[in-house]
Amino acid sequence: MALSNIETYRGGILSMKQSQNVVIKGTKDGLTLQLNDKCAYNELIEELTEKLDAVIKEGKDALIKVTVQTGNRYVAEEEKEQLRQLIRQRRHLVVEDIRSNVLTIDEAVQWKEENEIVSYAGRIRSGQVLEVPGDLLLIGDVNPGGTVMAGGSIFIMGALKGMAHAGCYGDESAVIAAAKMMPSQLRISEHITRSPDRYDEEELTESECAFINEAQQLVIDRLQVLKYLRPDLSTFKGGF
Amino acid sequence: MGEAIVITSGKGGVGKTTTTANLGTALALQEKKVCLVDTDIGLRNLDVVMGLENRIIYDLVDVVEGRCKTHQALVKDKRFNDLLYLLPAAQTTDKSAVTPEQMKKLIDELKQDYDYILIDCPAGIEQGYKNAVAGADRAIVVTTPEKSSVRDADRVIGLLEKEEGMAPPKLVVNRIRNHMVKEGDMLDVDEVAAHLSIELIGIVADDDEVIKSSHNGEPVAHNPNNRASIAYRNIARRILGESVPLQALEPEKDTFFTKFKRFIGMSR
Repeated sequence: MALSNIETYRGGILSMKQSQNVVIKGTKDGLTLQLNDKCAYNELIEELTEKLDAVIKEGKDALIKVTVQTGNRYVAEEEKEQLRQLIRQRRHLVVEDIRSNVLTIDEAVQWKEENEIVSYAGRIRSGQVLEVPGDLLLIGDVNPGGTVMAGGSIFIMGALKGMAHAGCYGDESAVIAAAKMMPSQLRISEHITRSPDRYDEEELTESECAFINEAQQLVIDRLQVLKYLRPDLSTFKGGF
Repeated sequence: MGEAIVITSGKGGVGKTTTTANLGTALALQEKKVCLVDTDIGLRNLDVVMGLENRIIYDLVDVVEGRCKTHQALVKDKRFNDLLYLLPAAQTTDKSAVTPEQMKKLIDELKQDYDYILIDCPAGIEQGYKNAVAGADRAIVVTTPEKSSVRDADRVIGLLEKEEGMAPPKLVVNRIRNHMVKEGDMLDVDEVAAHLSIELIGIVADDDEVIKSSHNGEPVAHNPNNRASIAYRNIARRILGESVPLQALEPEKDTFFTKFKRFIGMSR
């Protein structure tokens, strides 16, 4: 009996504070939902449901994009899915993104690994596989039968005679660069190319790079074209 | 305390057994006490090449399983006075009869009594290879100047480099046919060495005499005049730490006289 009294009492406070927990803002790109990161998650969901019902009654036919900002609250994957479900149930609302200011350590480590250049000095011999989640800088050769794989791009400061697979988790903008490009096979994301059956080693005086061009073909070109094709490769900031 | 050297290649038929037999002989000629161990259980050859086949009483598996003492299984090479011994492989079972731990224990025991233990590795990189490598302190990789053989050597070097406590492997390029190298039909020694990027410890020319001597059960290294024999003796000296320049592959220069001799069929 006493317990239910408290419940109603809390409910009373909640309805008074309602305006603080969920703030809906309209921008030219759609709606932004700012969720309070201090209150309990259950309260948030309740209030969100109420507010969405209240605001989105007079539905227009055009789709409205919604961006959810959860501030300093960590939202786990199933909670994100719940939020999406909740918003998607209203007509005309499409969840564009759920943004949070916080990451778990695992996510942070994964993010770091996917964005760092891992260097390795040595020779990748037949049968050996070197795989990194981010970019790979190999100071040495890849012998025939050896394999290098990277989630990002691959840069080889030696001869590539084996197999290189860049963007192996699906990154089509990844590139493969080598001082001596004479691979048995190149792969970028899902694209595969085979080498000509013979190389003339004397002709290979220049560094080359492989990338996927506008026509979705894996091509090899001079290293110098990368600057224009993949400007993101330059992370150098500052004056000259 | 001796040193155990494994002779391996990955690919079969490149001359591991021949190299083991000849290096053993050449080291014994240098007054070193040598024990050859054939780990190719089920497909033993080393005893045949050494000409010791009919003296085998016990074998490696007998030793490992405790059916005899180690010294009972060793076959002495009569051409030397108490310098060269062979521990033959078993012929009736297969590679799985021995584990790497047992091999290591056996090799460690042999190292007490011998200066050098040469371990003849079977082809492949499975159980037999693992057994052969288990007790070794260093490795010699044998390859021929053919692409397939170099590829397998590369693979094996990769595996050897991961082996703990093993010195960097050394390379022997075996069965070089100079006339084919010249015409670009075979890799040349420099190409092979650059590709594998390990230290070259010897080059051996392809010579009919090697096959003939294996056939007769007397390693070619006994013959002081043969070029393959000299090559093996040089490798043995390099193992002992001497610095010996690589042998020239071209036996004689093409003078008018040799051309003439070839013309009338006196020389190749």
